[in-house]
Amino acid sequence: MSAEAAMAHAALGHDDAHGHDDVPDDAHFGHATGGKIAMWMFIAQDGMSFGGLLLAYALLRVHATDWPVPVHILGIGLTAFATFVLICSSVSMVLAVEAAQACDQKNLVKWLAVTIGGGLTFLGIQAYEYHHLVERGIGFSSSYLRETGTEVNDLFGSTFFAVTGFHGLHVLSGVIYLTCVLFKARTGKYTQGGISYSPVELVGLFWHFVDLVWILVFTFIYLL
Amino acid sequence: MSGDHIHPEPTSFLRKHVFSVDHKVIAKQFMWFGLFWLLIGGIMAMLIRWQLAYPGTPMPVFGKLFFSSTGGVIDPASYNTLFTMHGTIMIFLGLTPLMIGCFGNWCIPLMIGARDMIFPLLNMLSFWTVMLGGAVAFYSLFVPLGGSEAGWTGYPTLSTTVANQGTGETLWAVAVFLIGASSIMGGINYMTTVIRLRAPGMRWTDLPLTIWGLFFTAVLNVLFLPVIGSAMILLVLDRVFGTQFYVPASIMAGGGGGDPILYQHLFWIFGHPEVYILILPAWGIVSDLLSFFARKPAFAYRVTVGAMMAVTVLSAVVYGHHMFTTGLSAMLGESFMLLTMIISVPGEILFFNWLHTIWRGSLRMDTPMLFALSVIFVFGLGGLTGLYLATISTDIYLHDTYFVVGHFHLTMAASALFATFGAIYFWFPKMFGRKLNETLGKIHFWGSLVPLTIVFCTMFVSGYAGMPRRYYDHTSADYLKPLQHLNVTTSLAAFTLGIAQLVFAFNFIKSRWWGEKASENPWEVGTLEWTLPTPVPHYNFKEIPNVVCGPHEFSNPAIPDGKDWIYQTEPLAEQPA
Repeated sequence: MSAEAAMAHAALGHDDAHGHDDVPDDAHFGHATGGKIAMWMFIAQDGMSFGGLLLAYALLRVHATDWPVPVHILGIGLTAFATFVLICSSVSMVLAVEAAQACDQKNLVKWLAVTIGGGLTFLGIQAYEYHHLVERGIGFSSSYLRETGTEVNDLFGSTFFAVTGFHGLHVLSGVIYLTCVLFKARTGKYTQGGISYSPVELVGLFWHFVDLVWILVFTFIYLL
Repeated sequence: MSGDHIHPEPTSFLRKHVFSVDHKVIAKQFMWFGLFWLLIGGIMAMLIRWQLAYPGTPMPVFGKLFFSSTGGVIDPASYNTLFTMHGTIMIFLGLTPLMIGCFGNWCIPLMIGARDMIFPLLNMLSFWTVMLGGAVAFYSLFVPLGGSEAGWTGYPTLSTTVANQGTGETLWAVAVFLIGASSIMGGINYMTTVIRLRAPGMRWTDLPLTIWGLFFTAVLNVLFLPVIGSAMILLVLDRVFGTQFYVPASIMAGGGGGDPILYQHLFWIFGHPEVYILILPAWGIVSDLLSFFARKPAFAYRVTVGAMMAVTVLSAVVYGHHMFTTGLSAMLGESFMLLTMIISVPGEILFFNWLHTIWRGSLRMDTPMLFALSVIFVFGLGGLTGLYLATISTDIYLHDTYFVVGHFHLTMAASALFATFGAIYFWFPKMFGRKLNETLGKIHFWGSLVPLTIVFCTMFVSGYAGMPRRYYDHTSADYLKPLQHLNVTTSLAAFTLGIAQLVFAFNFIKSRWWGEKASENPWEVGTLEWTLPTPVPHYNFKEIPNVVCGPHEFSNPAIPDGKDWIYQTEPLAEQPA
């Protein structure tokens, strides 16, 4: 094992709370924990599933001759605010991971709570937006703009609800996941030094991914 | 996280045999599950072949059982369901659980020197998800209006409510989704396990090639099953929630601007990697078995790994060759044609390496070796005929004919199945402590290889003569009538093939409980699983082994004691510095 690897090893404090060696004492293993590798793979596969839906959206929209300009129907102000909230919740997530690494339980719990708050705000805005759209006539299987009395390509509503709904489910899962981590964080489980912060980092990875995907969804569905 | 320290063995029956987190138990669960579905899918194949050889004639035995209302004649709707579910079952519920579920679980921890998978609970969840998927698929056969009739590819608009209002089709999509989710869980677990839990000293280049094959398959599973997941979500939304993603305006009054070709893109983005998902573990297993039974190192190990890696990468960019006849733009079509031709290059490299591995070896013709050798032959036939389908000008003529059926059965079905049989014969002694009977094994082998070659080679001929896939009754078309004797030949060979599998079933059951007791290393092979006692203890390795040499050290003059093999944990006499 090289000297650098040994130092990185020591820095990771691989003798974790469970008393067994989490990272084998062998240079070619790398230093990521199994959980982190698996989370990245999960993110890769989740990205591909979004890829499938966005590809479907792109092909349907490109082939349609009567696709409406999205902002005319969806507006932009409220969703831009929701996007801002979600991005801010990514910042609070980073602060939560930092607090966990610094063994600062109080701040960890605080920033996790702020992140959850951001997620819930986003979901609330999405629920309001859905309700409003359906009232105006944009439904899942058929679209019709009540205020102007014009027909809208049905696939506009279908793709909108399918893609943003799929993302909304991810935010919801993220909020539930964060809540579980929050409850365990209150027991001090993640602030014991070493790699005990690792589960907070994992939920962070997922949360940043959900955020990043939203930037893409927001761009493709609302802005373009 | 576990897999690196010893867990106490569970004592209750449920935790030990049903809801077990032990990779060895899960492997056996996958094995029984896969063999059960192989039987169901096989019976379906026999029914299909009966209808093709003797259309409209009541079928003996099975006819009375399944088609009593028509006097034993297979009706058109049931015929559609048969070929649809034959494909779905064989791919998703037969071969995938056997090769990836069973041998992935069995081989990975044992061959890399780990105590279990890195996520044992996820492993159990993976099995029970595929179990649920299998149950949904099975149930879909018995709902009103019958099971799915849209072919295993489930193309719209056949799979939308425009053509089929029954719940069977919806359940088919749900089943495919669940099975996909199960494979993703398995894939993440396999990759993380191989990355993290290799025994000390085991470099990437010390991994048996079986593990490499399973690793690349896991990569493809994780990346491409989500895409078919999305396709299935949209299909279910179309069928249940009234959207029209796949329903074009032209097909019904008030139809939207949906696009059936969209489904084909999503399906084949997954579907083409899927054939490599099935063949990569087969290649890995065959590469190992050929070396083990030729008593020679696998020729050009690193090149074999590189070729498999190249196939893994290229498999993502060739899917368009399934869609040459959909009106794909000529430029895209030619790109896909070129890439498809390129992917045959690493395939050929594998062939050369296999032939070099057995060249001048001291071949031991045990049953696993016979099956491994047959994969070279069978995959060779399938691979060569693939060139005609990759070339646009010939594909336009051959598309949707029996030529295609023969081609993909030889490549992804027969090759994968024969490699699986080889693996079963090979690892059976370590799994169950007994050897499968060799004489019965050889009868099974020849009874499979000869009829199988006849079945699919006659399909090439009938396909070349213009016989389309999926027709209920070919004799209704005049130009196909002269082919009928050929269809009868194919079917008779298929029935022989089916009967030969009964020999295997008998051998499996008999040897499992009453077979000849096997020694701990009956094949004299050095990979880590053979260092273990039989039955393998709950924790696999009492002490995590220290790996000092590669998996294929055969006939090395540096091996001490006059043996021709050495365990991966034993040092060679003169280790190069």
